[in-house]
Amino acid sequence: MLLHVEDVRVAYGGIEALRGVSFDVDEGEIVTLLGANGAGKTTTLRTISGLLRPRAGTISFDGQRIDTVPAHMMVRLGIGHVPEGRRIFPRMSVRENLMMGAYHRGDDTEADADRVFELFPVLLERQGQDGGTLSGGEQQMLAIGRALMGRPRLLLLDEPSMGLAPMIVTRIFDIIREINQQGTTVLLVEQNAAQALRLATRGYVLETGEVVMSDDASKLLADDRIREAYLGEGAA
Amino acid sequence: MTTLSAVARRARWWNHARVRRIGAYVFAGIVVALVTGPGGSEGHYSNGLRHGLLAPRVIPFIVGGLVVWAAVELGGRQLYRVRPLVTTVVSGSQRRWQSPVVRLVSYGLLLVVAIVYPMHISEFWRVVAANEIAIYVLLAIGLNVVIGFAGLLDLGYIAFFAIGAYATAYFTGRLPIHAPFTLNPFLVIPLAIGLALISGVILGFPTLRLRGDYLAIVTLGFGEIVYEFAKNQQGITTGSAGVFNIPHFSIHLLDINYDWGLPSLPYYYVSLGFIVVVMFLFSRLENSRVGRAWTAIREDEVAAAATGVATLKYKLMAFAIGASTSGLAGVLFASKVGSITPDAFTLQYSILVLVLVIFGGMGSIAGVALGAAVLTWLPELLRTHVNPQNRFIYFGMLIIIMMIFRPQGLLPSRRRAREIRFAEAGLEGADALGPTPGSGLTS
Repeated sequence: MLLHVEDVRVAYGGIEALRGVSFDVDEGEIVTLLGANGAGKTTTLRTISGLLRPRAGTISFDGQRIDTVPAHMMVRLGIGHVPEGRRIFPRMSVRENLMMGAYHRGDDTEADADRVFELFPVLLERQGQDGGTLSGGEQQMLAIGRALMGRPRLLLLDEPSMGLAPMIVTRIFDIIREINQQGTTVLLVEQNAAQALRLATRGYVLETGEVVMSDDASKLLADDRIREAYLGEGAA
Repeated sequence: MTTLSAVARRARWWNHARVRRIGAYVFAGIVVALVTGPGGSEGHYSNGLRHGLLAPRVIPFIVGGLVVWAAVELGGRQLYRVRPLVTTVVSGSQRRWQSPVVRLVSYGLLLVVAIVYPMHISEFWRVVAANEIAIYVLLAIGLNVVIGFAGLLDLGYIAFFAIGAYATAYFTGRLPIHAPFTLNPFLVIPLAIGLALISGVILGFPTLRLRGDYLAIVTLGFGEIVYEFAKNQQGITTGSAGVFNIPHFSIHLLDINYDWGLPSLPYYYVSLGFIVVVMFLFSRLENSRVGRAWTAIREDEVAAAATGVATLKYKLMAFAIGASTSGLAGVLFASKVGSITPDAFTLQYSILVLVLVIFGGMGSIAGVALGAAVLTWLPELLRTHVNPQNRFIYFGMLIIIMMIFRPQGLLPSRRRAREIRFAEAGLEGADALGPTPGSGLTS
């Protein structure tokens, strides 16, 4: 078990956003967290990567407790976070953005950059350009590339499809699969349930801060309740 | 039948933009006439208006406005022809500027001018150079680290200046409470830097979790606390009476005995030395790992943390470095002027230093130094050219005009200039003064 989340509770002031969430991610998997707006998906990822502190519960990564480790140490441990809304550095060049991803170590970043450019050739073309001048899809690629620069064992992806054209989403999902095949475990948060389940091995469904369902992705994809609630196929 | 061109022809002549701009120029002329005219008097509160607006002297200003209008509207096209030429020259010089040799030689020449020129000016201007320009340049360079590099809005910056100044008074034995030993002000410098640094960390540690506006309010509160303490704790700071007879710098080492005394020039050189050292150190810092961490924090703090930047540590570092520079300036000021009163450390001065940084070009060390020098020199120059009481009106006007036409400052850093352009294009907010991190990027 690479990531183990147990009974995690997170609150913003008095409002409890996660009410005891538990799930596991095994080495080599792609696991997806599904749910509507406000279900607690982003909160879960931000808690794992140390940007938020759980009020109760434990999170362990590779057998080691990480729920008190500060956010900037997560990269060192091998957790890469691609935050919601991409959050690239808009006035740094594409190359500078990538180098920030390898900030914690100064050595041979060139090889990592080459690997990112192989996955996303468009970034090589644009490496001197300001991050903020890229299109939405390119910015998403840059955000993923930046996280890969830290050589993560576990990649946390927060809604990589947000605001992108369907064709671009398909391309980005293809690349996520490729990253996974190269040996990186992926935890994917998505609203786009159909595409996420086709990519993932397993899925968890969050509703108002609780896990209400979990199964293999193919079974979830066939489940009537899922089809009705998240795939837009009205049962009526 | 009315055709489209007939409608266009019938548009009233006074609706033409060009004609409507006459009004603006005439209005500007009248404002200048008022501002430069006689002031009010106790007997007639409308004295200024009557002698500024209704007297014949307003006529040349109105005519002047019309002449400027004519020159701009009718000769404007000629100006556009000059523009590509200017652009070529400027971008050419920028390219040359990137060569390290050119830069080194230019900075060397500037330094020589800064050393030699003050030898040939009157004592009045030497006092201005040592008491005002050098001190404010140092303050602005320090605040630039906090605001320009790390993007933290600090409105209590002058408090660290006060700490440096009062530390000088304390360690030279001029306060009601006595230090266990008294020192030559020179030796106070490291102590004051350390004290300012520690107070920066003490203030920063609990508050740097805050962002933007909230941090600004907290630092503003800190500035007020230090000011009120200096003003009201008579038993410790002598209160609003102030501290006098703070000794001058002196060196007594082996056979060398030198006293700085009253003349301003030697003080100016000490400050210049510190400015050069600080500028060099900060420019090295800007291009280091630390500088890159600051840029990342400024652009998007959450993303910086997510990529492995220890945000609290680097913000604290920027805060402490700015504070200690301010403390150093405090020692130089206290020892040069010889007396300090709490009124030299009010909020107004924190804002003034902030204005110097923005005017010069946030994030650019050379720009900030130049901006601080120009803006402290200008009011003194105006003193002999306009009614001295009115000189800050011109000062204010200059800043307003500057912010409209060149918001990035005199010599902006390249990255900062792009940030302003992005903000103008509505892509996102220009940070330091309250960004929503990454706000332009979602959706």
